[in-house]
Amino acid sequence: MNLDKCRRGQIVKITSINNSDIRAQAIRFGIAEGEVVRCEQIVPAGPVVIRKNNQEIAIGRGLARQINVEQISG
Amino acid sequence: MHCHDTGLKIDIPDGAKKIVLAGNPNVGKSVFFNALTGLYVDVSNYPGTTLEISHGKYGDDIVIDTPGVYGISSFNDEEKIARDIILGADIVVNIVDAVHMERDLFLTQQVIDTGVPVIVALNMIDEAERQGRKVDVDLLSDLLGVPVIPAVAIEKKGIEELKANMGNARPGHIEPELHKKLHFLHDRVAEQGEALLILEGDPIVAERHGVDPGNDREEIYLMRRARVNDIIGHVVSQSKEGVGFGALLGQLMVQPLTGIPILAVFLYAMYKFIGVFIAGDVVGFTEETIMIGKYEPFIRGLVGQYILEDSALGTILIGEFGILTMTVTYILGLLLPLVVGFYIALSAFEDSGYLPRIATLSDRAMSAIGLNGRAIIPIILGFGCVTLATIVTRLLGSERERRIAVFLLGLAIPCSAQLAVIAGLLSKVAGAYIALYALVIFTVLAVVGTLLNKFLPGESTDLLIDLPPLRLPRIDNVLKKTFTKSYHFLLEATPLFALGALLIGILQVTHLLEKLQGVLQPLTVGWLGLPKEAATVFIMGFVRRDFGAAGLSSMPLNDIQIIVGLITITLFVPCIASTLIIFKERGRREAFIMWPAILATAFLIGGIINKAYNLTGSANGVIGAVLVVLIAAIIIGKIPKGKSRVISGGKTYVK
Repeated sequence: MNLDKCRRGQIVKITSINNSDIRAQAIRFGIAEGEVVRCEQIVPAGPVVIRKNNQEIAIGRGLARQINVEQISG
Repeated sequence: MHCHDTGLKIDIPDGAKKIVLAGNPNVGKSVFFNALTGLYVDVSNYPGTTLEISHGKYGDDIVIDTPGVYGISSFNDEEKIARDIILGADIVVNIVDAVHMERDLFLTQQVIDTGVPVIVALNMIDEAERQGRKVDVDLLSDLLGVPVIPAVAIEKKGIEELKANMGNARPGHIEPELHKKLHFLHDRVAEQGEALLILEGDPIVAERHGVDPGNDREEIYLMRRARVNDIIGHVVSQSKEGVGFGALLGQLMVQPLTGIPILAVFLYAMYKFIGVFIAGDVVGFTEETIMIGKYEPFIRGLVGQYILEDSALGTILIGEFGILTMTVTYILGLLLPLVVGFYIALSAFEDSGYLPRIATLSDRAMSAIGLNGRAIIPIILGFGCVTLATIVTRLLGSERERRIAVFLLGLAIPCSAQLAVIAGLLSKVAGAYIALYALVIFTVLAVVGTLLNKFLPGESTDLLIDLPPLRLPRIDNVLKKTFTKSYHFLLEATPLFALGALLIGILQVTHLLEKLQGVLQPLTVGWLGLPKEAATVFIMGFVRRDFGAAGLSSMPLNDIQIIVGLITITLFVPCIASTLIIFKERGRREAFIMWPAILATAFLIGGIINKAYNLTGSANGVIGAVLVVLIAAIIIGKIPKGKSRVISGGKTYVK
């Protein structure tokens, strides 16, 4: 599934990010492929906020659509 | 000796070390900087940018600040500058937020990988402990291979220890595999830091050495990330999930249902503070009592002893629009308090971590005008200074977004000086007229943005932004930012104001102003329904936008005239400084299209509102008409472009 389809509170594993610049930026923030993150918030029709430990990142809806995730729980 | 390798013009005495402060945004770097350097701090502009780099003395050595970044590469100006300064450092003091080590240690490890001697200050250790985070500092130091000093900088804890250990800064541990790669490049690139960045595919550093950028960025980044995660796994123990009030508020701020009311409350408080308190009470005192009451008679008396007031020179110096009278009064009495007030509010927003949350909240709306939430930062900065905001549009991910943002900034965003004068004028009119003004400006922004998004070729990028923890803004930080920004504003504004006053004075002495007022009468009186003196205001507006708006306040106008005048002057071409910046940023061809387009739009909209008022006879009638246009624009915006979105250039917000 894609990150934009996440529900609030779900724990997901990031399986792939389809853009190399975004991938590099995401690694810096600690959300590399393979990381397990929590869907912290979904802004209606807007960004998805994911959290890993204390790090929160807002990801635009269009970009979230290009991030493939695997549901872990929730 | 000049400090060539950092690109900065700083005099570095022989034998002095370059101590560079580096860290992520909002980790408290400036507190360390002040603690090390004391009061005497120089600020220099980085060539080709408006980014200001502070530097000062620490003993015999030089301390240089860098912009807050998440890593060093060529993703944006801040990173490029931080990269060059770090590569030229003798010692890097890396400030790490103990609450956000997952994020911050990436930069730490990258700096260590450059081979420069490093010392880490682990800041906000108290906040981490409150959140149930324990950090094994000794182990962290062992694993990184550099000294780590726990600190609570705002309480001055850890500063002395940092100073005492400065000499112990040393190159840290590097992954053996990366070391091999670096060694491989050693023959061609002597400096380890430069070699690292070439391996990571940094095109600028590669070009400097005449080699091709490497393809190993992702591999090295992943290796570094794995290493950082491993280190954190060993040194951090989390006893409970810390979800405090700040985290809850942070969540409420990005959800439209709660976020929009919260934003409205903040904007209202800002209006109360700047529009009512500063523009009313403070300016009433500084402008009326001090400048017009005391200063102007004094300077007229002084200069009047030597020069007749109604002579040509007298008119230019101490006449109605005199350089020594009006210019000084406007700058010191009117603009200075307003600009200070605005920067206090904006700096507090910046310092608290609220800005990226506003970006998240507004992302959906911004995407309708071809921007993403990140563009809210130049837009909000535009309310401070359009010139600065135009430069800040560089943080946007694509040429297309920059084009849209620069045009909208030039057209529909009033800068702080102007905004404050506008707020002052709006306080004189009835509520419906205030609503009309706000609605018209908003509609122009929405309609023009939607049209640009519809018809400009290319694609816009998506939001990817770090949400730092919410903090109460720190007063000393806010005041420091306010002071430097206001000071720079005055430096920039004063000559342009004087130039404007000189221009107006000459027009007056030669009676050209009356002739121009006559020539422009069809436009001002016929089309806009304003007195013919309004021509002066528009001519002043060329010189500086706030100058124009301020001119309106001295004219006897009725409510609708004030609103039409304000709408026109708000949309009107930006001031000389921002015009020059637009030419510089967007190139001559594009700027020559933008500039007349902005001018024409301003008069067109102002006139239409005037005519609509004459037709409907009330502010409410015009409001209704404008609402119809706005709704139409929103419907047009909803129709998809029918192309898939491509993304590029993920980047973070400006500090």
